[in-house]
Amino acid sequence: MNTPGPQETIELALTAARGDATVVIVESGVDRYLRWADSTLVAAGDADEYRLSVVSVVGGRVGAVSVSGRVGRAEIVDAVDGAEAVARQAPPAPDARPLPEPGAASPCWDDPVRPPAPGVLAGLVEQLSTGFARAARHGQVLHGYAEHGSRTTFLGTSAGARLRHDGSAGHLELTARDGRGAPVWTSAVTDDFTDVSVAGLQDDLDRRLRWERRRVDLPPGRYECLVPPSAVADMMNYAYTTAGAAAAAQGRTAYSRAGGRTRIGETIAGIPLTLRSDPTAEGLRCAPFLVATASSGARSVFDNGLALGPTRWWEQGRLRSLVHTRHSAEELGMPLTPLVENLILEGPPGGGAEADLVARTRRGLLLTSLWYIREVDLATMALTGVTRDGVYLVEDGEVVGAVHNFRFNDSPLAMVMRATEVGRTVPTRARDWGDAVAHVAMPMLRVPDFPLTAATGAV
Amino acid sequence: MTTPAPAVEPGFDTLPVDDLADAALRQAHRAGATYADVRLRRVRALRERVRDGRPESSQESVETGVGVRVLVDGTWGFAAGVELSPRGVGALAARACALARTVRPLRGEPVRLTAEPVPAPVDWQSPFEVDPFEVPTAERTALLAGWCGLLRDGGAHLAEAYLQVFRESTVYHDSEGRRIRQRRTWLHPMVFGFRIDAGDGTFEAMRTLGPPAARGWEYLTGTGWDWAGELARMPELLAEKAAAPRIEPGRYDLVIDPTNLWLTIHETVGHATELDRMRGREAAFAGSSFVRPQDVGVLRYGSPQMTVVADRTTPHALATVGYDDDGVAAGSWPLVTEGLLVGVQHDRQTAGAAGLDRSTGCAYAESYRHLPVPRMPNVSLCPAPDGPDTDELIGRVRDGLYVVGDNSFSIDMARVNFQFTAQRFHRIRNGRLVGQVRDIAYTGTTLDFWRSLEAVGGPQTWLLSGAGQCGKAQPLQIAAAGHGCPSALFRAVPVTDTRTGATG
Repeated sequence: MNTPGPQETIELALTAARGDATVVIVESGVDRYLRWADSTLVAAGDADEYRLSVVSVVGGRVGAVSVSGRVGRAEIVDAVDGAEAVARQAPPAPDARPLPEPGAASPCWDDPVRPPAPGVLAGLVEQLSTGFARAARHGQVLHGYAEHGSRTTFLGTSAGARLRHDGSAGHLELTARDGRGAPVWTSAVTDDFTDVSVAGLQDDLDRRLRWERRRVDLPPGRYECLVPPSAVADMMNYAYTTAGAAAAAQGRTAYSRAGGRTRIGETIAGIPLTLRSDPTAEGLRCAPFLVATASSGARSVFDNGLALGPTRWWEQGRLRSLVHTRHSAEELGMPLTPLVENLILEGPPGGGAEADLVARTRRGLLLTSLWYIREVDLATMALTGVTRDGVYLVEDGEVVGAVHNFRFNDSPLAMVMRATEVGRTVPTRARDWGDAVAHVAMPMLRVPDFPLTAATGAV
Repeated sequence: MTTPAPAVEPGFDTLPVDDLADAALRQAHRAGATYADVRLRRVRALRERVRDGRPESSQESVETGVGVRVLVDGTWGFAAGVELSPRGVGALAARACALARTVRPLRGEPVRLTAEPVPAPVDWQSPFEVDPFEVPTAERTALLAGWCGLLRDGGAHLAEAYLQVFRESTVYHDSEGRRIRQRRTWLHPMVFGFRIDAGDGTFEAMRTLGPPAARGWEYLTGTGWDWAGELARMPELLAEKAAAPRIEPGRYDLVIDPTNLWLTIHETVGHATELDRMRGREAAFAGSSFVRPQDVGVLRYGSPQMTVVADRTTPHALATVGYDDDGVAAGSWPLVTEGLLVGVQHDRQTAGAAGLDRSTGCAYAESYRHLPVPRMPNVSLCPAPDGPDTDELIGRVRDGLYVVGDNSFSIDMARVNFQFTAQRFHRIRNGRLVGQVRDIAYTGTTLDFWRSLEAVGGPQTWLLSGAGQCGKAQPLQIAAAGHGCPSALFRAVPVTDTRTGATG
């Protein structure tokens, strides 16, 4: 039996719906990946995903169900009936309101889903094969991972919205170890892997392995640190995903102020940093409309289809917006700034390349990435974690050796308050919490007193 | 434990699984596979959040699909999809074989799987009394709202209840003749209370200690944990915590409650003894281990009071199954005996690569879309047969802390340097609890920590807990593992102040 396509699925579901309002979301995608360790392939996979989500509203009560797998006509009707049955039993939803008035339908709504080229990673096999051989000649082994995912999201609502977003994203991480044992790491983000050069990444790794030849022991303490874009992304992803306005106004986040107020308007960074989102940002494109298969603190199912535009969360070092649903914006009387699924941190124009920041460092530590980051204190947003795959001692503008790893304890907000220099913003991916906000562009930050609270020999 | 009726999965239980699996295995064989397995899996989940008695979010989800894993010329290939027809799964098998050929240049040594017994066809199901998916929405939400009410009535300013329920149904067939069907159900309720000082804008939070459990709805209504009793006590404990003093950082004797110690076991023993990590196969992501394969039988991991067992058989534990995702029967084996490292954990391919004869049965894939990888079984610290109760352990401490409930946790890539916080730290003076202290983390390194273990409590202090959301591998996979442990006394553990960062 032929199962209906995404667009037909949405029409069938909306036709079957008996509730006061209905949202239907279909997500269709393919993920492909390669993984290697010790210059040997350890996994190769290719996985399809197809998911139908239905949100039904009956008398201001919500039911949300999601069915993944091939769904035929009967299952579509079952999903709608199931969502309505849940809604009828649910208590009233505090954020209930009419769905957003639809704008124009997406122009490509009717187009079929374009699967990515099956060989999107095939070119990488030859590059990796060459790379493994090059590594072997230099007494190294390579570890790493390459992933490409493509997703098409269709959103239809009983209010008339017909919106679609086609997205794809890939990334590659490469770790090298030589006989000395301390690994080095680099990464690349890409849409389609046509612009990824394994040899280029290996050049970077070779440079880092040369830095590792001189080992330096340093005690824990506060050090001037150059925090690279991937590590900044980990810190900023946390700052962004906890930036709900409603929770802040309730007094239970680091964005709270006494008396049910928030820190909006306060200076949040010691230098004029801007933290923003923009669904149309080149290389970081994400859905220009809100998609919520279920509500959360930062997203309401009643906002499905809401148009998303450029949003400034911090402007020139000042906190300007927190993440709102229409409900929280109305309740708190604040401008509506919904969650957008990309994030850009930038300083004033003219920020230097990473090498420029290194060259301007009299004595400090150049970090590579952060790992195992966990929240320690909700009230201050204090996090702990460890440095990973390269802590390099910089003296008089040059890397002079490599240090062991450290545990750090710092808050993203406290860190940017103390930052003294910001580099050029580049596309990157958080190493630890990359899935939290997949599309990010971040700069290197100079933090004069980054708290490294314990040393560890772990690699 | 009684199971009135096995849980049913309409639309899954009626799938023509034999035809589907045969189609995949036949196609894999035709396409040159020397080994193939096919895994049909449905994951049913329910996630609900109630804030201050009002529903914030609720979603029921069902994910159904099939993954086909093949070995062609000693190289893995894997393809997964949602087309549950003989033609659809046959196409996946062909895709998996084509992928294996594409990536053959990167292979290295051919994959070797340990030889394992082939059981007769089996059907296994985890026990529960009341199917949580059959509980009416209104009853479920009312219970969570009532829990929020208990905290608010007791003086908490905000309360939030969160419930996750999972059911995983699997049909596994492989080219060596295994035919396994299994189903397990587990859930985790959590309730958070907040105390907010409107005057100065400061706040403090506390979470229930009730662990996740492979049980049914009965777990929320009194079987296995006293939720109402815990929620009734929490507001006062939260108020005490908010007003608690800080302490001088330094070394303190710790009596660690099982509600906190389970996570330390997970991080410092569970992950460290995963053989794939020890062999560097996770070195670029989840990390490696300070434990080397040659340390087994030699390494003094902890004091003689430390005995740790691994198993996938403990009733109601999160990693308990009938068979793993390689089709290997669940078992039980020692990891640390009286302080000595004696065992590790692995799956067929990791054990095969290490030259071992048998797998410990730890393969697991999060969903149909994921490749099986070695995952932690239940890893538990044994109590002392006639050991002391928690009060007696506290009685042995002159100046220390009683550590209750897991909270923040972080450990380095090799599982050496860690930092853990707790829901509550109670000050111990001269063998008695004298009130809470706050903003504390205990830190240290794995071997120093376990070698400082002076005593473990008796069976009366033992509690089964577990991690519901443990991440590993790329693409990242989530798995659940159970951890049981008694209360335990550790001497002179480094304690830091999380507000000032001071380490003493």
